[in-house]
Amino acid sequence: MSSLIRVRRAASADLPQVVAIDARATGLAQPGYWPGILRRAGRGGARRRFLVAEGGGRLLGYIVGEVRDWEFGSPPCGWVFGIGVRPDAREARVGTRLLDAITEAFRRQGVATVRTLIARDNQLVLSFFRSQGMMAAPVIALEKEIG
Amino acid sequence: MRLQKNTLLALYSVLEFAAQPGRQLSVAGIAAGLRASPHHLAKVLRTLGRAGLVDSVRGARGGYRFAANARRVTLMDVIGLFEDIGAAPPRARRARRPAEQALEQVLAEIDQTARATFGSVTLDTMLKLIARHGRG
Repeated sequence: MSSLIRVRRAASADLPQVVAIDARATGLAQPGYWPGILRRAGRGGARRRFLVAEGGGRLLGYIVGEVRDWEFGSPPCGWVFGIGVRPDAREARVGTRLLDAITEAFRRQGVATVRTLIARDNQLVLSFFRSQGMMAAPVIALEKEIG
Repeated sequence: MRLQKNTLLALYSVLEFAAQPGRQLSVAGIAAGLRASPHHLAKVLRTLGRAGLVDSVRGARGGYRFAANARRVTLMDVIGLFEDIGAAPPRARRARRPAEQALEQVLAEIDQTARATFGSVTLDTMLKLIARHGRG
């Protein structure tokens, strides 16, 4: 199946399926959120990427990320902000193809590191990134209740 | 972070099995490779067998073979058979001092991170990591 997967930039027509994949993973449908992501990716030129994987006439997954300079004091690196794969397309290398594609785009922008941030209890996505060779970054995410 | 000896033996041996799925390995052979006592290792392997991670093969040329899915089993699945990372400390009879509560909170944070890390690394990912170190 991997060879039948095509990765390309996202378009407006993809958003309903992206929203559905995201909602399935998070339990929260956000139809108002994704158009903004698409607009920002369009404005970001080569530094921002919103990619989708398609195969068999349907959308299989998406990935969103961008190159950021000196974020949290670290040298420019590629950040992956979101990834989602249709549950019935898992273990078909869809996520791998998407991550490879965005990593290659980051590399062309001259960065040598790709980074992401994942909830500690999101074992599925954590395991995926681990399986791609990603290790703990030399940063610690902190938060505080202010409400 | 330190793991108990039995846990380490279990991790090393299950990785040995996962690297050679379908192949039957003898307790003595694995024990020699890990410089462990066969008697001690046999106990560890029985625990792995009860958890369905390895199958025992009886007979004079018996041994064990891998019985799980390396892409599904995480380090935490193995570790959890032998020790409880992040187990709550025994309840004190008297009310704990604020300093004890604060330190417990920090230690719990470390435990949660350790659990998340072990729970996100599958045996398959470990085999890739081992191969990278082998090439390095």
